[in-house]
Amino acid sequence: MATQASRSAARLMISPTVILLFLWMAIPLGTTIYYSLQRYQLLYPDRSGFVGLRNYTRFVLSPGFGGAVANTLILVLGVLIVTVVLGILIALLIDRPIWGQGPVRILVISPFFIMPPVSALIWKNMFFNPSNGLFAEAAKYVGMAPYDFLGQAPLASIIFIVSWEWLPFATLILLTALQSLDGEQLEAAEMDGAPPLSRFWYIMLPHMSRAITVVVLIQTIFLLGVFGEILVTTNGGPGTASTTLPFLIYKEALLDFDAGTAAAGGVVAVILANIVAIFLMKAIGKNLD
Amino acid sequence: MARVVTPAQKSINTAAAWVVALIIFFPILWTFLTSFKPEEVAVASPPVFVGFDWTMQNYHDVIAQRGYGSYFWNSVVISVGSTVLGMIIAIPAAWAMAFVHGKRTKDLLMWMLSTKMMPAAGVLVPIYLMGKSLGLIDTRFMLMIVLMLMNLPIIVWMLYTYFREIPGDILEAARMDGANLMSEILYVLTPMAIPGIASTLLLNVILAWNESFWTLNLTTFQAAPLTKFIAGFSSPQGLFYGKLSAASVMAIVPIMVIGWFSQKQLVRGLTFGAVK
Repeated sequence: MATQASRSAARLMISPTVILLFLWMAIPLGTTIYYSLQRYQLLYPDRSGFVGLRNYTRFVLSPGFGGAVANTLILVLGVLIVTVVLGILIALLIDRPIWGQGPVRILVISPFFIMPPVSALIWKNMFFNPSNGLFAEAAKYVGMAPYDFLGQAPLASIIFIVSWEWLPFATLILLTALQSLDGEQLEAAEMDGAPPLSRFWYIMLPHMSRAITVVVLIQTIFLLGVFGEILVTTNGGPGTASTTLPFLIYKEALLDFDAGTAAAGGVVAVILANIVAIFLMKAIGKNLD
Repeated sequence: MARVVTPAQKSINTAAAWVVALIIFFPILWTFLTSFKPEEVAVASPPVFVGFDWTMQNYHDVIAQRGYGSYFWNSVVISVGSTVLGMIIAIPAAWAMAFVHGKRTKDLLMWMLSTKMMPAAGVLVPIYLMGKSLGLIDTRFMLMIVLMLMNLPIIVWMLYTYFREIPGDILEAARMDGANLMSEILYVLTPMAIPGIASTLLLNVILAWNESFWTLNLTTFQAAPLTKFIAGFSSPQGLFYGKLSAASVMAIVPIMVIGWFSQKQLVRGLTFGAVK
């Protein structure tokens, strides 16, 4: 049904989006690469000039870099593991016949709609606070010493907070996938004497694989950029214990005013994200056809 | 599932599911309760759950002293503005891709999604400096544009998956009846597309409302939305739990209610139709 005329009309309709997205990628990326090769201090804009790869070596060799890359990967992987595993378990729980499935879904999905600074501050102050947070109160109640979560285990605490934000998303998607599973297949397996664990392993899990792929892809896109939670809880600390790559770049650019080094960091972040992206796109391309 | 369960089994399942759901929801409930507590009750040890003199004082203080209104308005303008702008650009594109199949459609969609992989931190410096030289830092206009571009791939993808489900035969039937392109779009397709457009709109308003990289880094005061407002409560003001809670409740409730109503579409929308 596509005629020559409708094809060119279609091209016309698509082109604004493509052009805008192309510019949105190309201009900032080009500028970032340009700045990354320049000496560019925001406080002394006149002292500029080509410095080759010196910004890169400064950024990559800076004491915080290795840790920041590791922290970023630990954060992303940690949250993915927690949300997918718990998401599967909770989806299995809610999928069984229960009273009030609607309200339960509403309660479970709610944290997803909370803006990151709010959830981070609620957890930081009202739960993690070692002097009067609820966890400290609970510890006192059972006679244990309160634990300083954000001070002693900053990255784990942030993984906890971010997992709380994303668990609803994973649960809801996995639940939806589970609900589309043909009940008769499970019944047949049950009658043939398949124990619950192998019903899960051989029927439910394969059925959910597509949904799991989607959860991993979409969460990774958002998790690589986690920022607000770190800013309001630990500010990257103590020391650099919870500094991720985005946070390190933010520090260079807006706190140390070193645009050149921050730009080099940006290029490094783009390269790392693309390595992750290539793997993911391959996986999702296979799973979504 | 058609399996038969005994009432006893169902009761146990129900209890377990509700316990898990309440644990997940508890921080929100606790924040809601705390927002009505006088400050000294909010930090009381041991904690008080409901047996206190409920007060609106925290809400009053947050609105009167912290200028909640202007932050709220900025959030509304930025999230709705960026989404509407994105829809205007994305609807024709998604439309064309859904109804005029080209060989490249899938590649094009994948490419659009891949632009989302570019970490915001990677382009913070040029965007910030560009905004600065154009005098656009701390303006709602700039945030609208940036968030629009950021969400554009998601908007296109979501619309595409909705549009694709509109049967193409109906177009041919309309054409046979002598409808031209304009009336085809206006009278045949638009009514069928409205549910998809509406849920795309809602979900992207939610995403834009909660976006907290650009909104925190590109604003100071004038254009600052609720994310910035809340971030201002990180220490030491955050230790006023009552006010922090009241501010949090006011920042999340409008969008959470929208979210509850659109949760059915959320799965389809955010998984680009891959999970239904």
